[in-house]
Amino acid sequence: MSDVTLAEPAAVKEETPFRRFVSEFMASRIAVGGLLVFTIIALLAIFAPWITPQNPYDLAQLDIMDGRLEPGAVGGSGITHWLGTDDQGRDMLSGIIYGLRISLTVGVGSALIACLVGASLGLLAAYAGGRTDSVIMRLVDLQLSFPTILAALMILAFLGKGITNVVIALVIVEWAYYARTVRGSALVERRREYIEAAQCLALPTSRILFRHLLPNCLPPLIVVGTIQIARAIALEATLSFLGLGVPITEPSLGLLIANGYEYMLSGKYWISFYPGIALLVTIVSINLMGDHLRDVLNPRLKK
Amino acid sequence: MTAYLLRRISQSFLVLIAMSIIVFVGVYAVGDPVEILISPDADQMERERAIQALGLDLPLWEQYAIFVWRALQGDLGRSFVYNEPALQLILQKMPATLELAFGSMFISVLIGLPLGMYAGLKPDSLGSKAIMAGSILGFSLPTFWVGLMLIMVFAVQLGWLPSTGRGDTAYFLGLQWSFLTGNGLSHLLMPAINLALFKISLVIRLTRSGVRETMLMDYVKFARAKGLSPARVTYVHVFKNILIPVVTVVGLELGSTIAFSVVTESVFAWPGMGKLIIDSINVLDRPVIVAYLMIIVVMFITINLIVDLLYSALDPRVRLEGKA
Amino acid sequence: MAWNRCVFALLGALSLAAPASAQNLNMAVGAPVTSIDPHFHQLSPNNAVAGMIFDRLINTDAQSRMVPGLAESWTAVSPEVWEFRLRRGVRFHNGNEFTAEDVVFTFQRVPNVPNSPSSFAAFVRPIRNVEVVDSHTLRITTSGPYPLLPQDLTNIYILDRETHQGATTEDFNAGRAAIGTGPYRMISHRMGDRIEFERNDNYFGERPAFARVNYRMITNDSARTAALLAGDVEFVDQVPTADLTRLRGDARFAMSETVGLRLIFLGLDHMRAEVSPFVTDNEGRPLAQNPLRDLRVRRALSMAIDRAAITSRVMEGAATPSGQFLPPGVFSAIPEFPAPRHDPEQARRLLAEAGFPQGFRVTLHGPNDRYPNDGRVIQAIGQMWTRLGVRTTVEALPWTSFIARANRQEFSTHLLGWGSNPDGSHPLRSIIATPDRERGWGAANRGRYSNREIDGRLDAAMRELDNSRREQMLIEAQRMAFEDVAIIPLYIQTNVWAMRQHLRHDARVDESTRAQDIRPAAAR
Repeated sequence: MSDVTLAEPAAVKEETPFRRFVSEFMASRIAVGGLLVFTIIALLAIFAPWITPQNPYDLAQLDIMDGRLEPGAVGGSGITHWLGTDDQGRDMLSGIIYGLRISLTVGVGSALIACLVGASLGLLAAYAGGRTDSVIMRLVDLQLSFPTILAALMILAFLGKGITNVVIALVIVEWAYYARTVRGSALVERRREYIEAAQCLALPTSRILFRHLLPNCLPPLIVVGTIQIARAIALEATLSFLGLGVPITEPSLGLLIANGYEYMLSGKYWISFYPGIALLVTIVSINLMGDHLRDVLNPRLKK
Repeated sequence: MTAYLLRRISQSFLVLIAMSIIVFVGVYAVGDPVEILISPDADQMERERAIQALGLDLPLWEQYAIFVWRALQGDLGRSFVYNEPALQLILQKMPATLELAFGSMFISVLIGLPLGMYAGLKPDSLGSKAIMAGSILGFSLPTFWVGLMLIMVFAVQLGWLPSTGRGDTAYFLGLQWSFLTGNGLSHLLMPAINLALFKISLVIRLTRSGVRETMLMDYVKFARAKGLSPARVTYVHVFKNILIPVVTVVGLELGSTIAFSVVTESVFAWPGMGKLIIDSINVLDRPVIVAYLMIIVVMFITINLIVDLLYSALDPRVRLEGKA
Repeated sequence: MAWNRCVFALLGALSLAAPASAQNLNMAVGAPVTSIDPHFHQLSPNNAVAGMIFDRLINTDAQSRMVPGLAESWTAVSPEVWEFRLRRGVRFHNGNEFTAEDVVFTFQRVPNVPNSPSSFAAFVRPIRNVEVVDSHTLRITTSGPYPLLPQDLTNIYILDRETHQGATTEDFNAGRAAIGTGPYRMISHRMGDRIEFERNDNYFGERPAFARVNYRMITNDSARTAALLAGDVEFVDQVPTADLTRLRGDARFAMSETVGLRLIFLGLDHMRAEVSPFVTDNEGRPLAQNPLRDLRVRRALSMAIDRAAITSRVMEGAATPSGQFLPPGVFSAIPEFPAPRHDPEQARRLLAEAGFPQGFRVTLHGPNDRYPNDGRVIQAIGQMWTRLGVRTTVEALPWTSFIARANRQEFSTHLLGWGSNPDGSHPLRSIIATPDRERGWGAANRGRYSNREIDGRLDAAMRELDNSRREQMLIEAQRMAFEDVAIIPLYIQTNVWAMRQHLRHDARVDESTRAQDIRPAAAR
């Protein structure tokens, strides 16, 4: 690892901000570890159909007679279920790998879109002030006071069930957090000299917003962002728990956990436990990256 | 200042109106309350009678107009399910939720702030790495699952705490509170921790990143250079500065804790507003849903207003728009 | 850490400070009671609690058979006139005497409860006139011969004219008007949380075993089981199937169970002759003819279902495969009529005969929060149909949106449950009969099945006062419906309660959970 960072400057003729960012990011073992784990998880998710012993979404491949088998048991179709099976006879290992796919799509997808929408609106609110600010912030109030579950229920009633619709519901539910956070720090930043300087130079508003204001609001945004990815994945699990999430025949990690929840008291822990571990590892890896990313991106932590 | 307050209040009315319209249309889109409430063996005549009795035979705009007219007179309608005034139903349940929310806020600050300070002041120590790793657990596990695990460990296996429900209550300010009795407190502890988990993590992370940033600020460096004791630097200069983001988030989260206590309340059979609202959503009891959201919106607006006012009090760099 | 432990131990000691006494009973139910007014909302948990506070003219025993309640006897003196002899010396909780006038008052109140989302009015609608012969004799005249009058009256809880004149639903909920003749009186009520009862020592029937009852509502299934395991409650109802094995294997607990009266079945789209919305060919194109109108297809779909696998694997034994509405032995159950055999070969042949050798595609809808394991059952059926060649997409919806769509006939196939009265006319009238507003028939016939012959037989049965002749007619009508696969019957649920070892319970087929059915094991 250290060899690479040492070798880097020699190879780099011109130090661009991006290169500097990459090399700074690579300097932390923990962050690189997080990246590695996350890459493996992402690869597993992408190549799920080629590596799993069973397609857990194909009802024809499932048999309830193989339901709730213990880890290591061999099912009727001759597959060894290393992590056991759920109530439908779904191989947990295959279910988890496929579930990762959906959870990542839902969690990362919704967090990114919500962040984009929320941060833009938050910046705009802080920068423009006045009426724009009021309208946006009252929208935020409205959104934050609306119980997530009710909002999701209504959105899913309008749109029907499905992964895309869950993402849309989560974006609608989550954008306000980003807006509120970004506005909070942008309010402080916009009074600073460098913004005034940029204004004096008559730079276009969008440039001031995204090139000057945004980078200085990034640290709290990344804190909220990494938390919100985790929260989106967990929220999707809660929606599934309440029967509002993804379709039951295509379970995400959250739905697998919710499904196995009922079996926890009777000792059939694997239905809920292993998806829980997978969820945990995913979220931890995202957070390890996020934590470090925040430190790297924070202009105020530069010594 | 007054102009600013007035403007915020008038804006809030618009939010209330928008909210009530969304709920009316939303509930209408989800389904028909009568289909859910009516006995499965009811015949067609009974169905028509029930639709009429609940006023659902009128066009939606007319139902809404009636609602607004009555709301202006302070009547938010009667619950379809309980046949009691919706507002009264919610207010009855409010103390239970409030004490749960405040309990969890209290726990999250009590645990989160010191841990976050420690992790921020000694970022490279093993202890703070453990704290940060642990804080990830707080928001990666679904609440309902953690709730059941808590019940399994502390109620079923160890028998230390009661599994569910709200214990004995005592009267205070004319309302029933359970934190005033030992039995009530023992019932409160687990759901409050369950609800606090996410916020503990949030407070830890915010405090830590705040401390780390502040420690590098010129005025902190200057204070240290001046020879002030490290304790004074930490507790006076750093602490004051990190309070802003923490106050914002704690304030924001108080509202959302109340609004989102739904899951914890249903896992722990906690008879609060969250339990009421999820039951009401399940049967599309529109008057209760609308009234609940009205109360929550008012609460949010008030909290946000207070947070904004505190902001300007704590950080002179922020000016209220009214003055600017 | 040690500090933590101290606090926990202290709190634990506090929570255990109230010892369970032999006179007290802590019980928890899964469905919330929404009203104490016995005429406000026809809902099983409300009816169960009403059964503790109030009485009916005719009560029902654990098997849902009619037994004397406030009426000691009832006879049809002519085809349209029934005479009820009322019990003497019965007093309400406040000391008022029960008389015939109270029954007249009750019948008048039932259809006039304001804002009721589901009233009991249909049960008194056939009553044309009530004549008070003397203080304890009544003559009820029905419009036309109506054999179901006694059955209908098992739903009506009797109030006191003096006490309940003008009483509102709120008065009942607050306890002011919660005054009946029943075995328990209500002493406190926290809506959606708990109700506390005290024994009525002057009850005319069997004296309940427990002097005080704490009736809690814990709607989350796992939390309810946990409360039992942790010793916070001694008795729970609606035991989740996932916990059955554990509780059965634990010597600290006892179970009580009985085959219930609730059939879980699949409804089919009989209404559309042409395109049915969720049936397509194997390429996803709509089929010009609705295959569900073909008896061979319906039989094939029914035969492809391995009911025994569903009841043993998904329901963990808490259900019995069934081919009809009622379990064997109940009045008007079809004798010798087993559940359809699981025969995939025959099913494939029938499908090919009907012109679908390669099968077709269908979406099966169902609720995921209404019946035990409902979402799991539709997935299991999806597996079985897909193996038959009918590629099935399974869509589970929350009940709120499911039932509204089902009532609009939006689905091609859907899962539903039906809790019957122990009388075949009840499910026939609602689910099988051709919808008819005037007669109140077919209100729950969501597939719009229509068979004039069955309607004719049901109509005759509804006028027949001779019970054995009536039973024969109902059996014939039901047999025709199931041979024509009007619906695909799956299984009848078993009602399961769990309790501490020192308790015993009379399991009720009607699913209601009442304190008077529980007693200490030693008292047997």
